[in-house]
Amino acid sequence: MAGVGGAETPGRKAGWTVLNIVVVIYALLPVLWILSLSFKTPATLGDGNLIPREWTLENYAAIFSTTEFTRALVNSIGIALIATAIAVVLGTMAAYAIARLEFPGKRLLVGVSLLIAMFPQVSLVSPLFEIERTLGLFDTWAGLILPYITFSLPLAIYTLSAFFREIPWELEKAAKMDGATPGQAFAKVIAPLAAPGVFTTAILVFIFCWNDFLFAISLTSTENSRTVPVALQFFTGDSQFEDPTGSISAAAVVITIPIIVFVLFFQRRIVSGLTSGAVKG
Amino acid sequence: MVSTKDALPVAKAISEGKKAERRLGWLLCAPAALVMVAVTGWPILYAVWLSFQRFDLKYPDQREFVGLENYVTVLTNGYWWSAFWVTVLITVVSVAIEFVLGMGLALIMHRALVGRGLVRTVSLIPYGIVTVVAAFSWRYAWTPDTGYLANLFAPDSAPLTDRAGSLAIIILAEIWKTTPFMALLLMAGLALVPDDLLKAAAMDGAGPWQRFVKVMLPVMKPAILVALLFRTLDAFRVFDNIVVLTSGSQDTSSVSVLAYNNLIKGLNLGIGSTMSVLIFIAVALIAFLFVKLFGAAAPGGDDKGRP
Repeated sequence: MAGVGGAETPGRKAGWTVLNIVVVIYALLPVLWILSLSFKTPATLGDGNLIPREWTLENYAAIFSTTEFTRALVNSIGIALIATAIAVVLGTMAAYAIARLEFPGKRLLVGVSLLIAMFPQVSLVSPLFEIERTLGLFDTWAGLILPYITFSLPLAIYTLSAFFREIPWELEKAAKMDGATPGQAFAKVIAPLAAPGVFTTAILVFIFCWNDFLFAISLTSTENSRTVPVALQFFTGDSQFEDPTGSISAAAVVITIPIIVFVLFFQRRIVSGLTSGAVKG
Repeated sequence: MVSTKDALPVAKAISEGKKAERRLGWLLCAPAALVMVAVTGWPILYAVWLSFQRFDLKYPDQREFVGLENYVTVLTNGYWWSAFWVTVLITVVSVAIEFVLGMGLALIMHRALVGRGLVRTVSLIPYGIVTVVAAFSWRYAWTPDTGYLANLFAPDSAPLTDRAGSLAIIILAEIWKTTPFMALLLMAGLALVPDDLLKAAAMDGAGPWQRFVKVMLPVMKPAILVALLFRTLDAFRVFDNIVVLTSGSQDTSSVSVLAYNNLIKGLNLGIGSTMSVLIFIAVALIAFLFVKLFGAAAPGGDDKGRP
């Protein structure tokens, strides 16, 4: 694992530790800064200290007291969950076919997925805006869920087909030999093996939907479907008659929590999901 | 592109089992394929159609077919070219720096004697965090008063109010966010390098740098190509960071920001769609050039980059 010349001398260890510290600071600094701003009182916002001098929860109280934020949070969660569920189901079907079946047009499908993964999303903003206005989908949940499914499908198909190739499918046959029905063989043998891959893919797709800003800002216009990243742009700090820095920081921290949870609990899965799809794809 | 696996010189008639397998394959793929084509293929064609029209939602009764007039308008416009070159600059600089940093980070994640799990975990945070959130953090960091970085590096100025400063900060925000992703892809490439090969090179007297350039890089070529291609196309779409950091003021708009502004603020569907089509063409060209330059090692190629 440690490759060539990986002798564990104290000096080397110290060197690695320093490098690790650099990486940790690099990755966490912006996050800690926004966290620190969210706990500061309006008077101390501008003091430039990383550790707030006066701690307060009033920024959090302020955002949860208005529908502006709570409604956007509900939209964000609902839209991301629905889009993730649909994308994972459709992606699982397609990935199973790609990993296990022979049929003409398979390579074409993989090619189309690859093209969509590279597609400049902004190119769709003008036509989708017009199409969705015509169909009555503009500023609705469905109007955002559709593009989210589309753009997360390539990711889902690549990741899942990489996972499905790793599954020892002979076990299904073996289970049938031992007298299991096809249904039992699937439920007892295959499903538990496939579940981790499906779950990992769901996390990646959810992160993608949760993150989107371009579609969310172009295809919504009111609280009906505005998601949190867009709502942040419209914060005027109606609870404070000054700049909305505190409210924005607090809201930013709230929508970062799920991401931090995913990363802390499932980092190994996320890494394997991201890399397997990209390299073996 | 038809599957090459059906080249059976034996009986023409395919067995029942094969037929059933085909049907199942098509059935399983159909929903995903339909959604992808319906939401991308049809709108992009519609965008081409709209781009040939004068279509301003403020004056809907003046809608008419104008041929290539919109393209002339956009391509002779200073704002378009400014945005185009800003996009190219951000793309080239950020991808180049990311590649170097990402390679370093990949080596750390691959090789570290201590804290490997910790480094992998924290480096996923920039990847996963909402871009808008990170952009706000950078904005406050570089704004006098609220900013630790502004106070540190530019005590008496506001870097986000001049063009060079803004562009540098946009690039910094892009690099911070996407270096970990680049590093993960490169790390997967590093895992493909056989240890024996490195040991053999060391025996032959190759130093660490030579081992890296002569052994690792050639084996990693496919992974490097995938990482560079995806990040280049991704960087070309830069939008979130610019909107939050500068809203495109001081000529810092990228093509995406400009197209968005024309559509939502200007409500000019004709011009907005023209820009959509032009951006689509630009991205297609970049992808084409990549594949041409690197040939067989392109994504989808089966070349495992053996030296």
